Amino acid sequence: MRKLLFESLFQSALTEAPPAPDDAGLAELAGRVDRAARRRLGRSLSIREVDAGSCNGCELEIHALNNAFYDLERFGLRFVASPRHADVLMVTGPVTKNMRQALERTWAATPDPKWVVAVGDCALNGGIFADSYAVTGGVSQVIPVDLHIRGCPPTPTALLKGLLALVEDASK
Amino acid sequence: MTFIASLTEKGAKVAAHRPWPRVVVDADTWRQAMLGIAAGEATLSSLWSDGEAVHMALAAEPATRLLVVSLPCPDKRFPSVAATHTPALRLERTIRDLYGLEPEGSPDPRPWLDHGRWGVRQPLGARTSDPAVGDAYAFLSAEGPPLHQIPVGPVHAGIIEPGHFRFSCNGEAVVRLEERLGYVHKGIDALMQGAPLDKAAKLAARGSGDSTVAYGIAFARAVEAALGLEPPPRAVFLRALMAELERLANHFGDIGAICNDASFSLMHAHCGILREHVLRVCDTAFGHRLMMDRAVPGGVATDLASAGAERLPTLVRTVRRRFPELIELYDSTASLQNRTATTGILEPRLARQHGAGGFIGRASGRAVDVRKAPGYAPYTALSFEVPVRQEGDVDARVWVRIDEVKQSLALIEQILDRLPAGPIRAEPASPPTGGAEGLAFAESFRGDILAWVRIAPDGRVAHCHLRDPSWFQWPLLEAAIEGNIVADFPLCNKSFNCSYSGHDI
Repeated sequence: MRKLLFESLFQSALTEAPPAPDDAGLAELAGRVDRAARRRLGRSLSIREVDAGSCNGCELEIHALNNAFYDLERFGLRFVASPRHADVLMVTGPVTKNMRQALERTWAATPDPKWVVAVGDCALNGGIFADSYAVTGGVSQVIPVDLHIRGCPPTPTALLKGLLALVEDASK
Repeated sequence: MTFIASLTEKGAKVAAHRPWPRVVVDADTWRQAMLGIAAGEATLSSLWSDGEAVHMALAAEPATRLLVVSLPCPDKRFPSVAATHTPALRLERTIRDLYGLEPEGSPDPRPWLDHGRWGVRQPLGARTSDPAVGDAYAFLSAEGPPLHQIPVGPVHAGIIEPGHFRFSCNGEAVVRLEERLGYVHKGIDALMQGAPLDKAAKLAARGSGDSTVAYGIAFARAVEAALGLEPPPRAVFLRALMAELERLANHFGDIGAICNDASFSLMHAHCGILREHVLRVCDTAFGHRLMMDRAVPGGVATDLASAGAERLPTLVRTVRRRFPELIELYDSTASLQNRTATTGILEPRLARQHGAGGFIGRASGRAVDVRKAPGYAPYTALSFEVPVRQEGDVDARVWVRIDEVKQSLALIEQILDRLPAGPIRAEPASPPTGGAEGLAFAESFRGDILAWVRIAPDGRVAHCHLRDPSWFQWPLLEAAIEGNIVADFPLCNKSFNCSYSGHDI
């Protein structure tokens, strides 16, 4: 372990410069939620991730946000274990009917003010699964969505852009 | 004569099925197949339905020879395989949920994927409407004064997929774990019916996102087998290149995550860096970090970009330089070993009975890998070993994955050395009149994926069955956790890392 730690003294940082916030995301967010409420939360947001039927591709890329290259926490954003600690629900998947109630309950357990970020093409409108008997057809069919981040799955950079748009908008 | 050979002779061979035989049998022969599996004369590789019949894929051990046995079900019932062979139980409950075919003599009458939320019962069978208010679910009981239950999920504390775990505990010790899955059921079987090949390939690639390359390969190979289509040699090598990169990325991610569950975040951070290196090279090489939708029927959709080809040898060198330090750290940290060694032991007997593949089977003495047997191109021409351990604990599963990283690096080098030039895709031929059927395997990082496809005369998919390796691994987690403490469950669970999506399909 000492060797690893020693070596890291001589290596440059892996963490990369942040991308610019997503313009489309900013536009989608504009005026959706009370600005005063956002100001009270400042730039620090706690995120609870909910998989509502994804293929787990989105989860892999959301996980990547925590690695040394993207280092999400430097922006004041962190993942939390309970919806009761969360300001943001980050939801993936087409919302399967078997997950609908669990998603509704998670949303109900998240204190106000709260935001919902729908991640991935199937969270937008069910994507390739839209015609199935087993899915509701997107997060906005079940709970109100403040921001969509598209992609199958979205890259960590795309996720970061969307989340930065949320933070920028919240701190205006 | 082997058991599988004798069964083959007792049925009527279906001409359209390739490359291994499929035979239509009567109920007596079906029962003989059941009893043979229960006695260990063959391994159950999958059990599925198309609404008209039930199909059972049997493999010799090792899987050099395969057979599909089909029993027509005109009166909507079939003799329960699970009555004599429990690994078939969840597959059978799924057939009942989706198609309404009744497994006669089944030891478990409860639904599995159907939670009473779809608004329709038997969505691929009678399609009766339903108020969708949700069914009560009777968990198996473990009763007595000191026992208590801990319900967990479907929404879990981490960034992971949803499922419900019901623990019955005596103090800290787990007496019984029962899983309830199906939360991410997306109805892929139904969406496949009537889908054109390109859409069907996309659906297959989203069976389980972490194994998207392997799913793509399994589906493509099943279609190619059915249509007698030969993918160009360059495409076959590029598929293997993507598959090994996918294996590396997942192994790094999971080795780190297992250590993280033992509160050793340094390993997690360093493994996360290696994983990110791999994904970035994948993006440069194939235009997508997870290489989704790249392996398609007929070949591959994207050729290896020259910038990616240049970065691949550097990636191999980087991993060879950095990874041994991490292995040493894992091996020499007593607090980590204290958590992983002798934790979550899976008995070899159970791994064998369930036909468990991947690092779960291999860490419990089962030397199986569909890249070796039945084997497929280009692996048959490449040199690699299948690492096996006997201990069956979390530590053994980590070591199998560490050893597999080394094998994958060697495979990537061989593939780059021998990568043929030429086209990357053959156009799918039109199917013969009367349609065609194909069966294929692909070795994902998690184990063998089985894909079975029936192609209609119009070239669309009539039926497709994708069997994730998790089907036979999830039940083993219930067995491995028994007697361990609750606090070790995340560690055991991560060391299995079964797919919810691949299972719930």
